[in-house]
Amino acid sequence: MDTKLINPFVDATVNVLETMAFTKAQAGKPYLKKDEVALGDVSGILGLTGEANCTISVSFDRQSILSIVSNMFGEKMEEMNDEIRDAVGEITNMISGQARQKLDELGRSLQAAIPIVIMGENHTITHVSRHAVTAIPFSTESGDFTVEVCFED
Amino acid sequence: MDLNMNVLVVDDFATMRRIIKNVLKQIGFTKILEADDGTTALAVLKKNKVDLIISDWNMPKMTGLDLLKKVRGEESTKSIPFVMVTAEAQKDNVLQAVQAGVSNYVVKPFTADAIKEKLTRVFAK
Repeated sequence: MDTKLINPFVDATVNVLETMAFTKAQAGKPYLKKDEVALGDVSGILGLTGEANCTISVSFDRQSILSIVSNMFGEKMEEMNDEIRDAVGEITNMISGQARQKLDELGRSLQAAIPIVIMGENHTITHVSRHAVTAIPFSTESGDFTVEVCFED
Repeated sequence: MDLNMNVLVVDDFATMRRIIKNVLKQIGFTKILEADDGTTALAVLKKNKVDLIISDWNMPKMTGLDLLKKVRGEESTKSIPFVMVTAEAQKDNVLQAVQAGVSNYVVKPFTADAIKEKLTRVFAK
């Protein structure tokens, strides 16, 4: 996939977590993901439509999301509960919004649906189509998460 | 800015309502009402005197933009300051909101200082 389409999601992820959760996220090397099994314990998934169809997912391991949401709320979160689920939805929403702003500047105008969130080990993420899924691994001080992007191009 | 005013926070994500409420409390607001979408917000507006609305855009049942248009279309609510706090950051979105009568626009992600600054500007007008 064209890096011009991936970079907005990378930049948006770093910016959202730094601004809302005071968390520094380091992006690793993107790769093509061959299966549908989520890499984390909780995932937000969101469809984008318009000048292309796209899905984006953000999948957090338990340690990373508990730390991120603790920072967002200013209090220690210790359980994977509805508050965490809700926060993952909002984080996915914000990443999508920032990325879409950049994509709009590149001439790709997209609208977002409301995200869904799935929680649980070994859950699956089904993207918009059989097109290639690009996975971008991220690491934080507290744990890891993965952003996946699939563009029907 | 009168910190005794009644503020209505509208967002379908409880996380975001909580974060915005925390920021409002930091500023000094104490009377904060909540709604999880536009339809609920209208019901809250019918029952309560509200002096400021802070709303998301992308919500089920009724979007923040549609809520804004309804608020501006009613005699009893048309003058209430309305601040959109949203991930919808494309130029077209901002233009639509301005044309519908938004008082100010905050793009997510935001800092507490950004919210404070925008609210200060709204009430300085």
